[in-house]
Amino acid sequence: MSERLWIVVDGERVEAARGATVAAVLLDAGVTAFRRSPTGAARAPLCGMGVCFECRVTIDGEAHQRACMRLVEPEMQILTSAAT
Amino acid sequence: MTATIECDVLVVGAGPAGIAAAAAAAACGANTVVVDDAPAAGGQIWRSSANYPPPRRARRWLRRLEASGASLESGAGVVDVERTEGDDRLAVHVERAHGAVRIDTRSLVLATGARERFLPFPGWTLPNVIGVGGAQALRKSGMNVRGKRVVIAGSGPLLLPVAASLAHGGARVLVVAEQAPARRVRRFAAGLWRRPATAFQAATLRAGFLRTPYFFDTWVTSARGEDRVTGVELADSSGRRRVIECDMLCAAFGLVPNLELPRLVGCAVRDGVVHVDDRQATSVAGVYCAGEPTGIGGVDLALVEGEIAGRAAARTPTGGRLTRARTALRRGAASLDAAFALRPELFSLARDDTIVCRCEDVRLGQLDPRWTTRQAKLYTRAGMGACQGRLCGAALECLRAWPPDTVRPPIRPARLATLLSE
Repeated sequence: MSERLWIVVDGERVEAARGATVAAVLLDAGVTAFRRSPTGAARAPLCGMGVCFECRVTIDGEAHQRACMRLVEPEMQILTSAAT
Repeated sequence: MTATIECDVLVVGAGPAGIAAAAAAAACGANTVVVDDAPAAGGQIWRSSANYPPPRRARRWLRRLEASGASLESGAGVVDVERTEGDDRLAVHVERAHGAVRIDTRSLVLATGARERFLPFPGWTLPNVIGVGGAQALRKSGMNVRGKRVVIAGSGPLLLPVAASLAHGGARVLVVAEQAPARRVRRFAAGLWRRPATAFQAATLRAGFLRTPYFFDTWVTSARGEDRVTGVELADSSGRRRVIECDMLCAAFGLVPNLELPRLVGCAVRDGVVHVDDRQATSVAGVYCAGEPTGIGGVDLALVEGEIAGRAAARTPTGGRLTRARTALRRGAASLDAAFALRPELFSLARDDTIVCRCEDVRLGQLDPRWTTRQAKLYTRAGMGACQGRLCGAALECLRAWPPDTVRPPIRPARLATLLSE
């Protein structure tokens, strides 16, 4: 069993495995609307490797962070499109 | 004032080609730095995480990189490259999580790897429609697939290893649909027995145990669902159509090289790949290229090209063993292209109301076939969003036969502070 930590997603505490990316943790938490497209459609990870920018979320106050390129850290604050 | 690092050889990309290049350059005595956008070295094929250790071969190369003395900067993406005053060195502007850095180097090795080719079809923007390599990347970085019903529909040697990996993670892989015909893929697979072991070969064996149906001549026509994918329609060459309920659809059609950086630097590109000479030197003095950007060829070829490029960048001659290995491996790469050539039906899946540019929500019907990529940008913003056309550009090369537009800095979204520090 890997080491566990907690992050905060749209105000809710979510348990995560150390070493996982933010994208993987959000998908496991059932998040489908990482961001909203210009016409308001829900978008979630597509490429998984930093190319498509569909998994953008706000991390610790910094907007437009690719969730697939960042590892979770204890008490990381994530805002998805549900919060904005 | 931005921090500046000086080095002899800067390698961009820490996948197999970049690791081999950096290790070789440093072993030849060059002061070597390697930068990579991802949190850890390995690239896509050797992606690992705390809970998903890299394969033995990757560990061996990572140890070799560490022992070589090359310095690795992870989480660092190149934004711009320019000639320094006097023209003899290159200034590479890099953005990291905690600020920008400028790296001045004598030689540059571009090992930027490849991404997946996505072709638009109705419903492809739904959440849980992801890439094939994308699914693998997400699983390696912690995504739990246990109990998920997965359909894999696309093309190329990645489909089976990814199916095996997802099944190993507890997913129910319902169907693997390969758009290419069986006879071409079988001929390709048969040829592999005469070459070094590949992931495809191993997965072909494993797939037998999975009992997952592996259909040829079969492709996705649409994804169904409201707020996420709940089903997929597949078509085959006999005209049959069927709908399969699923929780995840993995759909990608082979790989395309990442050419933004080579093209920004001015490297000559021919037939969609960076043109290099015997030493992996590009058309630009001091700039070398290795791995997928010189032609999709897989990990074995990437390692050999990387080693040659690293030695050349460190101004050390390369022996015949490496160049002979490269010749043999390039032959294999050509057979891969032929086996998985895309069928024309795939280029007419998108309808007029299908989104092509996902960043800006531009639909196919908005894009006049008589336009150029530049006109599409100006009139509709297609290709102007955060991914800068990385996705829709490759798709429109297929759907509209539009060649890519010129690359301009910054080649990725960057903070104002980074841009101002240049």
